[in-house]
Amino acid sequence: MKRLFTNARLVLPDHVAEGSLLIDGDTIAAVGAVEAPSDAETVDASGLLLAPALVDLGVFAMDKAAMRAGGIARIGLMPDQSPILDGPGIIQRATAMGKPELWVHPIAAATAGLEGSDLGEMAINAEAGARAVATGRRWIADSGMMRKVLAYARDCGLAVIAHAEDSGLAGNAVATAGETATRLGLPAAPAIAEALAIARDLMLAEESGAHIHFRQVTTADGFELIRAAKRAGMPVTCGITPAHLLLSDAAMTDFRTFAHLSPPLRSEADRQAALRALADGTIDVIGSGHDPRGPEEKRLPFADAAPGMAGAETLLALSLGLVRDEVVSLERLFALLAANPARILRLATGTLEAGRPADLILVDPDTPWQISADRMTAKAGNTPFDGLPVQGRTVALFKGGSEIL
Amino acid sequence: MSPSDHRPGTLLNGSEAFPHRHLTGIAGLQPHEIMFLLDEAEQWVEANKERGRLSDRLTGLTQINAFFENSTRTLLSFEIAGKRLGADVVNMHAGQSSVKKGETLIDTAVTLNAMRADVIVIRHGSSGAVQLIADKVDCPVLNAGDGWHEHPTQALLDALTIRRRRGAIAGQRVVICGDILHSRVARSNILALTALAAEVRVVAPSTLMPAEVERMGVTPFSDFDEALEGADVVMMLRLQNERMSGGFIPSTREFHMRYGLTPERLARAKPDALVMHPGPMNRGVEITSSVADDRERSAITEQVAMGVAVRMACLDVLTRHERGVEGWA
Repeated sequence: MKRLFTNARLVLPDHVAEGSLLIDGDTIAAVGAVEAPSDAETVDASGLLLAPALVDLGVFAMDKAAMRAGGIARIGLMPDQSPILDGPGIIQRATAMGKPELWVHPIAAATAGLEGSDLGEMAINAEAGARAVATGRRWIADSGMMRKVLAYARDCGLAVIAHAEDSGLAGNAVATAGETATRLGLPAAPAIAEALAIARDLMLAEESGAHIHFRQVTTADGFELIRAAKRAGMPVTCGITPAHLLLSDAAMTDFRTFAHLSPPLRSEADRQAALRALADGTIDVIGSGHDPRGPEEKRLPFADAAPGMAGAETLLALSLGLVRDEVVSLERLFALLAANPARILRLATGTLEAGRPADLILVDPDTPWQISADRMTAKAGNTPFDGLPVQGRTVALFKGGSEIL
Repeated sequence: MSPSDHRPGTLLNGSEAFPHRHLTGIAGLQPHEIMFLLDEAEQWVEANKERGRLSDRLTGLTQINAFFENSTRTLLSFEIAGKRLGADVVNMHAGQSSVKKGETLIDTAVTLNAMRADVIVIRHGSSGAVQLIADKVDCPVLNAGDGWHEHPTQALLDALTIRRRRGAIAGQRVVICGDILHSRVARSNILALTALAAEVRVVAPSTLMPAEVERMGVTPFSDFDEALEGADVVMMLRLQNERMSGGFIPSTREFHMRYGLTPERLARAKPDALVMHPGPMNRGVEITSSVADDRERSAITEQVAMGVAVRMACLDVLTRHERGVEGWA
């Protein structure tokens, strides 16, 4: 079946242009000034944005409804599942479970059981469908083990997705050391816990030549290390969530457990550094960090509550705010939300180019709405942005040419 | 008694004097509201020297002391305070509660609420737990200590002790020494004393000093001797071994050498400097017995007595609205 989108504002890799886009079956057939084939169904986009569907790298829950609402066609699923994604059967099952609404790309455990002591079966898991390996929610404290993980992953052609928090410093901390944590009396770790972890892992990655992706970098020192490594030509990438771009640790005031995240929210100075890193290209990926937690896990004293947020359905709207604030251009935003995460997962999707999978979203970038924890479609409504007015909504989502309703 | 110049309780009508539903912390209280509670406590100080029930203000009211963390002296102090005001006091210990059976804190709060308590006093090991409960119940909630966060009645009783012994709080140089990082007493005292215009110095090894504590309006020191210069009040904190994992100090022996309050060290403070400790004390660790037991200098026993008066005042003030006291509707 052929479908022609007309009157669209196409978000292309390097610019935004008015035009049309033709899909043939599950593939983009042509982009730009397209002649309408006689057998094509025509969709008048009425001036809406037609952009690549989002590829959400590093989510913790296969939450189809939330992904649909957020314009996300594909997710890189973290290995921290139950059971942990560390065997071919589990990987295959995870891949299949999203269909047909959601394309799930499992990220396998870099170490067996995410225990940090034995290598995971990377090649077997990759054969079963894993697109990368990850250290999970934790840092691998044993440097010798991390060195082996990086070297072996390089051999397998897989990126290593790392959590960057020195566990010796982080301990049982739930906040970043600073005025807010001090006033609230919360166990806190210094922000350099992140930079220390990054520094070690970068040195190990440089030695092995492995591609290392830091799932979330959130501190000024961390960005500086990534910047320097990129300048040196290392295959390093990093991501962030809207929460760390838009909120500082002041959001934890009154013990709001929705603001209990991992890594914890940082100082305002670090938040400003994150915005600069986004603007100058140091950051490669914006992900939702989707990790919905029900009241059983959130309606607890702050330190006892589980970290995590429901981020999928707010990812696009919050990110579009960065375009309005002129931190990034629209086309770069979609590189951060789709093309770059797709590249890290070795997927051909994420850009509007002929021959690519027809994973598309129609977006009204101006629709105003208010984020409400009570009205989330996610498995739980724990968003630190509860009550925030935003603009921009997904009007339609197409995965492999089929509309996902 | 050393009266304060500041008497808002007589100047403002009741609801303006203390408009808060709960006492979850010193944070959020205005200086005149802190002074109001101290003034209210004053009336119970002398009365407490009498025996038996002092008032029937809380007669017919049920006070539940829900202690999720072990405590002897604070629980006893709240129990005595409630009983002296005529309340029916019920103590709930975590060890006996359904918390041990897996009930969540919110469920416990809802249960307490359904039992129609008139005032709930809570101690909990997690910072913010008291606020969580306060948001779920219909009656006033008093924080008897939550995690590392706040212990407001301790700060009030310390402030009352200082005011009575030194004549004023404003302008006093107060040195708080010990495990500042893990201390809710330190946080509440910093908030109360700085709000009342005292100069507060905090002293601890860097391993036990919270980040950016100076943004709370205090001056941090790691050298106790230096901090003690010209001190009016020296407040020692208990070394909280149970909250420490992973060696914050090399040994208690070394801690005593650097931060123990000895007569020689105390000589660096003003000659009439007051010595305080919230208790229980580790004698020979943060304080030597000769200093702790020096009746001239030490206010440690007096602090305990002030604790009952302060808690009576807080129970009285927070239940006035429920009791329909004129001016508190």
